[in-house]
Amino acid sequence: MHDVALKPGVAVHEESRTPYYFVWVALLILTGIEVVLTYDQVFAPIRMLEVLMGLSVIKSAMIIFYFMHLKFEIARMKWVLMVALVVCLTLMFVFFADAFRILSLGVR
Amino acid sequence: MADVAVQHSVAGAYEPSLFGTYSKKIGMWLFLLSDSLTFGALLFAYSYGRVSTPNWPTPFGKSSIINATIMTVCLLSSSLTMVLGVLASKKGDHKATVKWLLATMFFGALFVVLHAKEWSGLITEGLRPFSNPWAKNVPQFGGTFFTLTGMHMLHVTIGVCYLGVVALRKKWLPILLGIWLLGWLLTPATNVFHIGIHVLLLVAVISAVILVLKPKVYDAHDVEIAGLYWHFVDLVWMFIFPLVYLMSTKVV
Repeated sequence: MHDVALKPGVAVHEESRTPYYFVWVALLILTGIEVVLTYDQVFAPIRMLEVLMGLSVIKSAMIIFYFMHLKFEIARMKWVLMVALVVCLTLMFVFFADAFRILSLGVR
Repeated sequence: MADVAVQHSVAGAYEPSLFGTYSKKIGMWLFLLSDSLTFGALLFAYSYGRVSTPNWPTPFGKSSIINATIMTVCLLSSSLTMVLGVLASKKGDHKATVKWLLATMFFGALFVVLHAKEWSGLITEGLRPFSNPWAKNVPQFGGTFFTLTGMHMLHVTIGVCYLGVVALRKKWLPILLGIWLLGWLLTPATNVFHIGIHVLLLVAVISAVILVLKPKVYDAHDVEIAGLYWHFVDLVWMFIFPLVYLMSTKVV
């Protein structure tokens, strides 16, 4: 039990190093997959962007939940932070409609 | 009436925390949320340009991609050492905490040096904020590239200094000033980092003000909060690396 766990109203969790090594290795493997996919040009640019961003979301989720310890916070903390983040960032997708419109109009 | 007395120094002594944690950590999470919107806007602006411009330049050859991959490994490794530092600090192992924080700073500093090398190479090739030698009709490439990666480089630099303050406290100031002076004198006057390195001087002044006005021994909470900031910087790179480098790979 460490000092954080002793304070009132504070989340309690036991920790060992092993999961962090696994997360680190998983992140390195995912990075390797990204590089290989790009170098072999497996997908067309737009599909490649979607795949790479998908892998990045998985990597960032691992960082947030394990390295940043959000996994060990109470449910209210998790929901408030993640909903706020996802909603705000998702709103920015509105601009992509215009980006694709320009593409379909053709660029001189 | 000793049983009703509260310890004013203990977080949550008055009432349980609404979010089940101490206020400093909630404050850092709120800051990181706001910072994620800053980076989000920059990343979306870059993506907008990338999607809407078919002839987007692809200047990053094999050496650039290898360099950027090593930078990514540096940041991922720094996140591992950071989390090990946080665990050590929670166990009250001060020596191990400092050791892991210094390892984190080493990986962070290596990242910045490799990034600066990458920037210098691109500038030598002719990349400028409003022009580039690869696609004359896509002048926005330089501006978006330098803004996005520069903002991230600044965050990593501040993160290394932040960890230096937490790990070494006042001992960090002469080290930081030494790095600034050496970097300034050793960087050629024509290099952009000859001016850019003065960021370290500014950070040294701010660090000195903090360390003088509020000297303290940084505890496990402070290390954990510094860790949150550091992991966030790592997290942002997980989007910049594929978006900026991998999506602009020159495959021959």
